[in-house]
Amino acid sequence: MSELTLFLIRLAYLAILWIFVLSALSVIRSDMFGARMPEGARQAAAKREQRPPKPARARRGAPTHVLVVDGDNLGERAELSAAPILIGRGPDAAIRLDDDYVSTRHARIAASGDQWFVEDLGSTNGTYIGNARITQPTTLTIGTQVRVGKTVIELRK
Amino acid sequence: MSQAGMIMEFVHRRRRGAELFLLVLALAVGVGAYAAVGLGVDGEVPTDLITYGGWLAALVVIAHLVVRFVAPYADPVLLPVVAALNGLGLAVIYRLDLAEDTTFARQQLTWMSLGVALFVIALLVLRDHRVLQRFTYTSGLLAIILLLLPMVPGLGTEINGARIWIHLGPFSFQPGEIAKLLLVVTFAGYLVLHRDALALAGRRVLFVDLPRGRDLGPILLMWLVSLGILVFQTDLGSSLLFFGLFLIMLYVSTERAGWLVLGTGLFIGGALMAYRFEPHVRVRVDTWLHPFDYYSDAQGATSFQLVESMFGMGWGGLLGRGLGLGMPERIPRAESDFIMGALGEELGLTGVIAVILLYGLIVERALRASLICRDGFGKLVAVGLAGVVALQVFVVIGGVTRLIPLTGLTTPFLSYGGSSLVANWVLIALLLRISDYARRPAPTLSTEDDADQEATQVVKMA
Repeated sequence: MSELTLFLIRLAYLAILWIFVLSALSVIRSDMFGARMPEGARQAAAKREQRPPKPARARRGAPTHVLVVDGDNLGERAELSAAPILIGRGPDAAIRLDDDYVSTRHARIAASGDQWFVEDLGSTNGTYIGNARITQPTTLTIGTQVRVGKTVIELRK
Repeated sequence: MSQAGMIMEFVHRRRRGAELFLLVLALAVGVGAYAAVGLGVDGEVPTDLITYGGWLAALVVIAHLVVRFVAPYADPVLLPVVAALNGLGLAVIYRLDLAEDTTFARQQLTWMSLGVALFVIALLVLRDHRVLQRFTYTSGLLAIILLLLPMVPGLGTEINGARIWIHLGPFSFQPGEIAKLLLVVTFAGYLVLHRDALALAGRRVLFVDLPRGRDLGPILLMWLVSLGILVFQTDLGSSLLFFGLFLIMLYVSTERAGWLVLGTGLFIGGALMAYRFEPHVRVRVDTWLHPFDYYSDAQGATSFQLVESMFGMGWGGLLGRGLGLGMPERIPRAESDFIMGALGEELGLTGVIAVILLYGLIVERALRASLICRDGFGKLVAVGLAGVVALQVFVVIGGVTRLIPLTGLTTPFLSYGGSSLVANWVLIALLLRISDYARRPAPTLSTEDDADQEATQVVKMA
């Protein structure tokens, strides 16, 4: 094989290598800002996706109820089948707490897929998991302690 | 939810199409190198190019399909970069096989298949990386057992001066490669719980926040383990990797430069002690500083490998000799530790820079997954995995290019070595799992109909 052909093969291979590197970089660049969509459009889309609500099949090991494990309302519970579950001092709350540090509509526990999330509803004193005040829907597993006011609640089997 | 309907929010796209496109290019890199090797050595395309390319393509497509179904939001760049590196490594090993009449490439392809299989299994079994947090101490114990296994008489064997192998029947295996993944999980699980104590307590000495004495326990333990590996298994690379990994994760989780100062001090102390008391460390440093003094047989030829690889890279120059046209077989064991030397000879500086950039991309994507990940454990695991790749690449390529003393570690995905390849594929599966979780849009729970239902709040008196 002639010297020239081998030289061209060498250049061609280096070119392929660099084309790969550069296209990986361009994918990263276009990935930098993701897709921007108006707020709400996603929820509408999500709603449409969720439209046929899957019958909540009780899997083994899946949580079944929310229990108050500390505070004045110790022992109060709410079944997860009635989700979303509102937690607060107001009369419409599924778990109604007589805790002065709890807002009327304080937090909510709801499912997305087969995971459970807790979401703060703009309460005055905040909702905490461990020492961290949550600012967005946060996943809950069995035994995760959620603190609202002076009350602690968790998911139970 | 605010009233403005036009607030733009940030959502990551799935990008599986982009991944497929990059995978096709990655296959071109791998199969192209294989064809170029055949053209360079024999003047014709290898006869089994179709079956080889088909097998490689099948592996890549399986991995892609699994990612598409199981981790749809995962990072689109990681898998193609890894596929390209692995393909390129296979071609270079095949090229060395042709020169030395060995069959390493075939074995490496088998290992790659096993790696992809474990990659798939890891993605299928591990649906949520936070499950791993439960196994913090279990995996730590397992890692220590794995690290000790080569010391067991009869099971462990010493190859090329390092006692890091175990033999089970016909299989030989480096347990340290699996241990590094387990250690990442252990460190992340431990640090995510204890980061506050490690970060907040302590006092300030000369502008540096030094930690409390009682918090020093884990870092001293890790230092001793690393020194133990260095002394008893004579494995410089692994001890550097484990200690560096722990330091990186400690620094990231506590955000305190004091740990870095302390760790670097401990490292320098340990390195000086090793240089003084460990003959094999001294040899490594001497051959690093004066490689040409130890080149010929009369002087022990301890730097023969390093110098040959430097000759090769020098001969390769900017564009390289071309695949199959150099003489990388002059470097002893070029298919494992010194694959970068062979690559530098045949692809030149241009090729080597491309490969280093690809490693950089892996680290960058891992760090990005860590930045956008929503839970502390996932963040730390991603940082740890990025650290594993970065440290390994730095230590190996730095050693081969004579930037730092040479230490025995494998170049991830490129060099011949089953345990390392399999462990690195699992590492990528973990990264994809974390990035899938991180890039997935946050769940939307608020629905408009009950958002302003109760605008006025009743203040309960007393």
